[in-house]
Amino acid sequence: MEHEFASYMNWIVPLIPALPLTAFLVTIFFGKWFIKEQAHWLPILAMAAAFVLSLLVWWEVRQAEEGFYVELFTWIPVGDLQVPLAFYADRLSTAMIMMVTGVATLIFIYSKGYMHGDPGYYRFFSYLSLFAFSMLVLVLGANYVMLFFGWEAVGLCSYYLIGFYYHKTSAAAAGKKAFITNRVGDFGFSLGIFLLFVTFGTLTYTEVFEAVEVEGAGTATMTAIALLLFMGAMGKSAQFPLHVWLPDAMEGPTPVSALIHAATMVTAGVYMVARSSVIFASSETAMLVVAGIGAFTAIFAASIGIAQTDIKRVMAYSTVSQLGYMFMALGVGAWIPAIFHLITHAFFKALLFLGSGSVIHALSGEQDMRRMGGLRSRIPYTYWTLLSGAIALSGIFPFAGFWSKDEILGITFKDGAYIIWAVGLVAAFITAFYTFRLIFMTFWNESRMEPEVEKHVHESPWSMTVPLMVLGGLSLVGGFLGFPPEAGVFHHFLEPVFEPANEILGIHHEAFGAIDLTLMIVSVAVAVSGVILAYFFYVRQRDLPEKAGAAAQPLYKAIYNKWYIDEIYDATVVRLVIDGSRFLWRSFDAAVIDGIVNGVGKLWEVSGAAVRPAQTGKVQNYAGMMFAGVFVLLSAVIIAYGL
Amino acid sequence: MDIPIEWYLVLSAFLFVIGAAGVLTRRNMFIVLLSIELMMNAVNINLIGFSRLHDNFIGQHFVLFTMTVAAAEAAVGLAIVTSLFRNRQTTMVDLFDLLKG
Repeated sequence: MEHEFASYMNWIVPLIPALPLTAFLVTIFFGKWFIKEQAHWLPILAMAAAFVLSLLVWWEVRQAEEGFYVELFTWIPVGDLQVPLAFYADRLSTAMIMMVTGVATLIFIYSKGYMHGDPGYYRFFSYLSLFAFSMLVLVLGANYVMLFFGWEAVGLCSYYLIGFYYHKTSAAAAGKKAFITNRVGDFGFSLGIFLLFVTFGTLTYTEVFEAVEVEGAGTATMTAIALLLFMGAMGKSAQFPLHVWLPDAMEGPTPVSALIHAATMVTAGVYMVARSSVIFASSETAMLVVAGIGAFTAIFAASIGIAQTDIKRVMAYSTVSQLGYMFMALGVGAWIPAIFHLITHAFFKALLFLGSGSVIHALSGEQDMRRMGGLRSRIPYTYWTLLSGAIALSGIFPFAGFWSKDEILGITFKDGAYIIWAVGLVAAFITAFYTFRLIFMTFWNESRMEPEVEKHVHESPWSMTVPLMVLGGLSLVGGFLGFPPEAGVFHHFLEPVFEPANEILGIHHEAFGAIDLTLMIVSVAVAVSGVILAYFFYVRQRDLPEKAGAAAQPLYKAIYNKWYIDEIYDATVVRLVIDGSRFLWRSFDAAVIDGIVNGVGKLWEVSGAAVRPAQTGKVQNYAGMMFAGVFVLLSAVIIAYGL
Repeated sequence: MDIPIEWYLVLSAFLFVIGAAGVLTRRNMFIVLLSIELMMNAVNINLIGFSRLHDNFIGQHFVLFTMTVAAAEAAVGLAIVTSLFRNRQTTMVDLFDLLKG
């Protein structure tokens, strides 16, 4: 049954990405000399307007099972490849744009306070707007080329914003690391798109998915496509082994970490896999790989989070770990819980980052948790909102994280993937532990601040605390979007999107039963025990961490050094590239290429020296040569033609 | 009676070679310039000879042009020689070899 969409959809859907684009263009061109300190108004208003339009789109889309497609013009016409600039607003992309525009609006408002007085104020807001535009194109695009465009554009913005303080060497290096690591994933991603086009002759979502369902392609081809696409997702969503860039990305300003490296951009991989659910569902191998990588990343990154002392790095590893959860869910066919977790994670992780930013702001830039403590009563708004985010992240009833995380664990268990379930459960325990370690180290106990810093502790301005409160509220109640479990508003909304994939997988919806309740109790118990353990370690007996560290010295050192992944990369990939480049430089560039170039020069030098004596500088010699030349030529003519 | 064309040609060839030898061998710039005039006049004689042979005035026209240009060229040439002499106090051609490679 075709649904008639209201005609105003034709312009509001393209307008959603166009608004932040306009804000970007105006701010970047007029910001430096004209808008200056007022640079936040236009981006915030554009973002808020985009949010309102997203709500309108949602209102329309919820009435239809299929998505709304609008084509503006043909963007790339090359032979068989016809790529239209088209937008596709279905239930999945609508859920995404509401989250993106909503969270972005809050973070833009927060940035007004956080970035106040920064010399790059206008630059910051223009990049943020460009990012919002790119992200919206990524989720609203109607084909893989637009997805890829948005994909690369958000990567570019991420690079700009990580290196926002470009005068800091570490920030510039982190930006490069993010960009280069993502190239590895994008290499696979673009190959996947090429293979899709070669196999199905189209890149428009609806056509591709129909082709997969109706004709299909060999299992090998589908596996190859899915794995190549997943490679891109691993890069963008920081999955092992391409996760290394995300913790370093914390060099950027905190609102950037919240918006790009927690709430939106890094979830692009999850969105892409969910969007391509039909493709992934067609390959068991690919599903297994997605689930395996996701589960491994979840526990792997969580373990690193235990030993980090930089407040933002703890959050970064937590993000990597939570993204692992999402992929784990996607891999077992729990599409909706994955997206649900994506949304709730966006709420509480944005909150946690913004809260950390507020702490850092209060402490004049201090990020090391060992030099914090006792902030509970000093910055109460930050404390209470951050606590709400922490409970949500730990997955304690009834906060947002509980519903989504528990659902993922529940489905993996009921699916029979017991190993993955167990891994997820352990990761949940670790998550609760390190999250509350952060809370206790930062806010509880006595102050360990530098005296100079302590004098200036202050609560952040309203522009920062209000977004915190809104997100805190969402972290508290956001989970009820998915209530009752597996049959909430959110699930019914997204169900049509994943029906084809579920049909391929043969997934049936089971009613919520006793087993779910048991699993819920187990996972809450695990989370609470993580919190209690953290309480013992970091409040009651604070010599315990050291003792435990000493007892398991090698293990502690390994997680403290992030399992030496960076070192391993340095010793293998980086070393190989550098040594290889140096070898090529010396043996090929310097010897062969330069040899040829210098040889050409040498040739003329030598031959020039040989004929140089002929150039005597005396007019009469030249005249003589001329006569001789004429004589030779004349003689030749005479000999050839006769007299 | 007509003088045969060959006579003109032989005469002009002699004159031309004498001029050329002068240009190539003499060291004094004035002599070199004079030798150039000789070569030019050898050409003129050729032109006159052919003018007679073909019984028209085209060759004579050319000669008038050549003489005019030669006069101008001699004026410029002598001016250059004068200024060279003022700078270097000599008019020996072989002493001017600044462009030696």
